[in-house]
Amino acid sequence: MAEKFDLQEREVWDGNYAASQAMRQAKVDVMAAYPITPSTPIVENYGAYVANGYVDGEFVMVESEHAAMSACVGASAAGGRVATATSSQGFALMVEVLYQASGMRLPIVLNVVNRALASPLNVRGDHADMYLGRDAGWIQMDAFNSQEAYDLALCAFKIGENHSVRLPVMVHQDGFITSHTAQNVYPLTDEAAYNFVGDIDPVDDMLDFSRPVTYGAQTEEDWHFEHKAKQHKALMDSVPVIEDVFAEFEKVSGRKYKRVESYMMEDAEVAIVALGTTVETSRVAALRMREQGIKAGVVAPRVFRPFPFEEIRNALENVKSVAVLDRSSPGGAMGAFYNEVAAALYTTQNRPLVTNYIYGLGGRDFAVKDAMDIFADQKANADAGHITTDIQQFSGLRGPKLGFFKTKRG
Amino acid sequence: MAITSVKNLKEFSTANDRFEGAHTLCPGCAHSMIVRELMNCTDDNLVVTTNTGCLEVSTAVYPFTSWDTSWMHIGFENAASAAGGAEAMYKARKKKGTLKDNDAPVKFVAFGGDGSTFDIGFQWLSGAFERGHDFTYICLDNENYANTGGQRSSATPIGATTSTAQAGTHSYGKKEKKKDIVAIMAAHGAPYVAQLAPNKWKSMAKGFQKALETEGPCFINTVSPCCTEWRFDPKDTINITDLATDSLMFPIYEIIDGHELNILYRPKNVIPVEEYLAAQGRYKHLFKPEYRHVIDQIQKDVDEYWEMLQRREEARV
Repeated sequence: MAEKFDLQEREVWDGNYAASQAMRQAKVDVMAAYPITPSTPIVENYGAYVANGYVDGEFVMVESEHAAMSACVGASAAGGRVATATSSQGFALMVEVLYQASGMRLPIVLNVVNRALASPLNVRGDHADMYLGRDAGWIQMDAFNSQEAYDLALCAFKIGENHSVRLPVMVHQDGFITSHTAQNVYPLTDEAAYNFVGDIDPVDDMLDFSRPVTYGAQTEEDWHFEHKAKQHKALMDSVPVIEDVFAEFEKVSGRKYKRVESYMMEDAEVAIVALGTTVETSRVAALRMREQGIKAGVVAPRVFRPFPFEEIRNALENVKSVAVLDRSSPGGAMGAFYNEVAAALYTTQNRPLVTNYIYGLGGRDFAVKDAMDIFADQKANADAGHITTDIQQFSGLRGPKLGFFKTKRG
Repeated sequence: MAITSVKNLKEFSTANDRFEGAHTLCPGCAHSMIVRELMNCTDDNLVVTTNTGCLEVSTAVYPFTSWDTSWMHIGFENAASAAGGAEAMYKARKKKGTLKDNDAPVKFVAFGGDGSTFDIGFQWLSGAFERGHDFTYICLDNENYANTGGQRSSATPIGATTSTAQAGTHSYGKKEKKKDIVAIMAAHGAPYVAQLAPNKWKSMAKGFQKALETEGPCFINTVSPCCTEWRFDPKDTINITDLATDSLMFPIYEIIDGHELNILYRPKNVIPVEEYLAAQGRYKHLFKPEYRHVIDQIQKDVDEYWEMLQRREEARV
């Protein structure tokens, strides 16, 4: 039996420590991992729990992130609770196996501490890795601070392991800004946390030899499409389970989560849509804009996959001008997040003006002032009744101003 | 009931059938013989993982499966990691008492072809051996990427023609020697490493049993003649294997704890490698006068390797 870990009602944890504590409390059976900045401390912290008897499960330190996710797949199919952590290049190396994990419907929990993708090599936070995983068939949840990194990691087990879901879940947090910033975190007690997560009840357990299972079969044009369609349907159908788990978590923690978090949107005329720590920065900026008489608000998906198409639409359909912020190099197109939000807004009656800002790549600071400038652009659009700038702009970039794509709505 | 003392081929071939005969491997493929020997040599529960390759694509085409045991395929390179992960989960659940049957012995086996073992999956294999997972890795070595139509691997011998190292007017086929995977795996300090062949079915079954019974990571390279890419008549698979072992192209031996080498088969009459080469279409071009030197080189390499194995066996170091 694991040693008792003493916790205070209020702890001062960074996002990495918060994520590793959630894994300890969930009594993970196998943690297979490979360290990479900035998620290394999650693995190190867990290693310290192992060394000091705070966990009963197996800790498998593999030779690469690809092997880490491969071992997680083998372990998960063998019927127990599995979690790991990674970032950036490690995430990129894992990508092949991310698709295989979701295709086999294995409820692995992956803590992703978001970081830029090389080249140039960069260890700081942006969302390039998060975007790289967006079509992998995983549930993706986004934490904006350490408390949320802890809360969502606990929720992730309960969502993914639910028998009507059976999908792997990523919990994202921003590299360094969340992962290495110590903040107040209110943890559950070990008992309350485990009671909330509950025991895993395995499906198609490879260690149940009374019913042999074949994992990872071959399908071609005769069956592949049906499998992938079912997998997509399972993701779409996970919505009520996610909402139930958030509601249950509110009962035990008092903290309320929604698939889309809206801030001062009731009467908003202009809005920023963002992910990660930028949400909190934008909220401060919205308050300042309101001091100037501009009705600003912020919308943020808590659950990035399945994408909250309707909730995004409901939150934004009465706004006049919307800025969608992408913290990832768009690679010759509009930002991917922009495209998803714009698609949702295209199906509304009012069709708000929608612009795209590329910002914060490789950890470039995004300050309240930057968000205020973006709100000011939206206010100008709202007043003019059309987009007054290029549709895609870069915020916080040195050198000559860069902009792409012109509006045809005048 | 599996065979615990191997005496009779008929008894052996009809034993515990956890690998079904219904699969789509080529007629004459040695893979199924080797896999069936493994499945039949133990009564223990088996978790089998398999790298992408001929075996995988021929035995688990949805909605069918040839595996009447727990089986997993992930990718081309990672069956060793999957076996390691499953083995770690077994240990964790045994400790916590959450297994359906906490007392039944379970063995973990990973299969890979030479492409996934020598080349693309080597890192995953090496990592799993360094970590010491209690599993057996079996390479089905047919010396080429047969699943994708016969491209070179680092197991392809010098002089063989493949689609990506072709014999032609300016080429005798592959220029490089075969990677010595058995020595490399022994150098990991693994408790049991061997090279075995399906024509020597008794020593193969005993080697498999030894690997399964040995705690820690065990590696076995098995010779798996490929009628399609080696170009011989499917009925001759075992005859070709006889030529392989009797010419010493594939010596049969084991290495215990990384150093103790035992030769498991000494041909009474060692045949020239030329006879082995002449029996296969992939070496046909070597019999042109201008490529005679390649045959001579292969014979020299085989002689030297056999000498080395004998000296190591004598030296007991």
